[in-house]
Amino acid sequence: MTGPRSLVRRLAAGDRTAYWFVLPYAVFFCAFVAYPLVFSFILVFHRWNVVTPMEWIGLKNFDRLIGDGLFYRSLLNTLTFLVIHIPLQAAVALGLALLLNTAIRGRGFFRAIYFLPVVVSGVAVTILWQQLYSYDNGVLNAILRAAGLGRVPWLVDPSMAMPSIAIMATWKNVGIYIVLFLVGLQNIPRELYEAAALDGARPAAQFRHITLPMLNPTIVVIIVLSTIGGFSLFIEPYVLTGGGPMQSTLSGMLYIYNQAFSFDHMGYAATLGFVYALVILAVVMLQRRVIDTELTP
Amino acid sequence: MKTALKYLLLAGGALAFAYPFLWMLAGSLKPELEIGDLNIFAGTFSLRSYAQVLLKIPIGRAFLNSILVSAASTASVVVFGSMVGYALARLRFRGRATLYTVILFTMTIPFQIVLIPQYILMVKLGWTDTYMGLIAPTMMSAFSIVLFRQFFMAIPQALIDAARVDGCTEPVILFRIVWPLSRPVIITVALLTFMTNWNEVLWPLMVVRDQSLMTMPQIVTMFSTGGQAETQLGYLLAAASLLSLPVIVAYAFFQRYFIESMASTGLKG
Repeated sequence: MTGPRSLVRRLAAGDRTAYWFVLPYAVFFCAFVAYPLVFSFILVFHRWNVVTPMEWIGLKNFDRLIGDGLFYRSLLNTLTFLVIHIPLQAAVALGLALLLNTAIRGRGFFRAIYFLPVVVSGVAVTILWQQLYSYDNGVLNAILRAAGLGRVPWLVDPSMAMPSIAIMATWKNVGIYIVLFLVGLQNIPRELYEAAALDGARPAAQFRHITLPMLNPTIVVIIVLSTIGGFSLFIEPYVLTGGGPMQSTLSGMLYIYNQAFSFDHMGYAATLGFVYALVILAVVMLQRRVIDTELTP
Repeated sequence: MKTALKYLLLAGGALAFAYPFLWMLAGSLKPELEIGDLNIFAGTFSLRSYAQVLLKIPIGRAFLNSILVSAASTASVVVFGSMVGYALARLRFRGRATLYTVILFTMTIPFQIVLIPQYILMVKLGWTDTYMGLIAPTMMSAFSIVLFRQFFMAIPQALIDAARVDGCTEPVILFRIVWPLSRPVIITVALLTFMTNWNEVLWPLMVVRDQSLMTMPQIVTMFSTGGQAETQLGYLLAAASLLSLPVIVAYAFFQRYFIESMASTGLKG
């Protein structure tokens, strides 16, 4: 029989190495996850500009947020972005992946080119697209003019600016999803198509009843990751439009950043971050629930 | 006919992704007035834009800052992340299941909620405008720990047992025996971490105001939004080219690793 004391010692000796191994993570977790989470709960009840002492203001930050038109505007802008970005990205990625998944030469080459914007810095991509989108001498409008079409006010028109950013973000990120769709397509057992062909199913029916259902997991990943990405949208509007014209590209993250660093409203910025985090969790959970009920047989 | 259409579509796609970059590079090498030209091969060759960028912002210094920050955080994520991954996969200790749950939980926290408090922590520690402020919050990654754990779970127990019988300590087993067998996961984590940090710009914008400490994407952002580019298209395109080229060159050599690593981020959902 081992006494409780020697048991503790034995366990501790066996555990000690493991605890040394996880110690760096524990320190990191306390500093950069636990502390900020706790501190965010405190900060939302305060007014603070970092320099002067914190001032307790109760629920005033939340009061203000409920009546804050810019908060709703930033939510609406994010929604606009997502409504365009997600279907566009899924359609382009699936289309190119289907093309790449056929018997073609140079698959690796095409895949590498489509993936190129993914690795390049978002700042460089945004500066580049600022020129492509330029109204007077942008590349896109030059091409449209050469084709005998009119110019498009990509970033000038408030109703066009966010869709333009969504198109740019699709161009930047679609490579990841092409690769994911390719993996998904290659995991579909060939026998399914052979059996369907024997039953006389046409290619369109095969696509509808085999390919699409088998790609569901990939589609879910696209929806969830694009949603999280959409809520994190920052550098694109920051560089491209500064949130304008007429706040039409003010994203949630940009609004938080402005409140914190243009106006030194740390308490209110933290409140915005807090509420945005809740919105993101709610949206992602809602998406999962809808997907689970709609897509699973 | 059908094949021809297929290649036409694929080539059209390739053009849509590659042409803007080529136009950017070409534009950065043209005099200001010829940049609007859609033909990337026409026009006069000029290095004036690059000279002006180098003159106006310390972009060489920013390049070194970016390398330092990305390399430090990559080294930390690989070394410490693999230690945690190894402990979770191959060591028995009380609290192991809880720790793993906590790590998975942290991956679901939207960063918006911790961003401002993290910044305030930097202020309190006096780490704004320091390399520490740039590096410290990136030194661990829950996703990397999960990748390491998954990979290490598949390593044969007999190998680890044999090493233990031979009297190897756990650090020796991890770094001398397990690491050499784990090249794929180490490359994936290292590339992913390096890329993420190289391209990160929101955090540097928050914690660094001192130009000599700015990272490359940050200084190019400031150059673009701060008016220093004097609305000269060529300057902006040259700055964006300087920012993209290191990554594009690395990508040209290690394309397969890039694609596999970055695509693995999509598999976590």
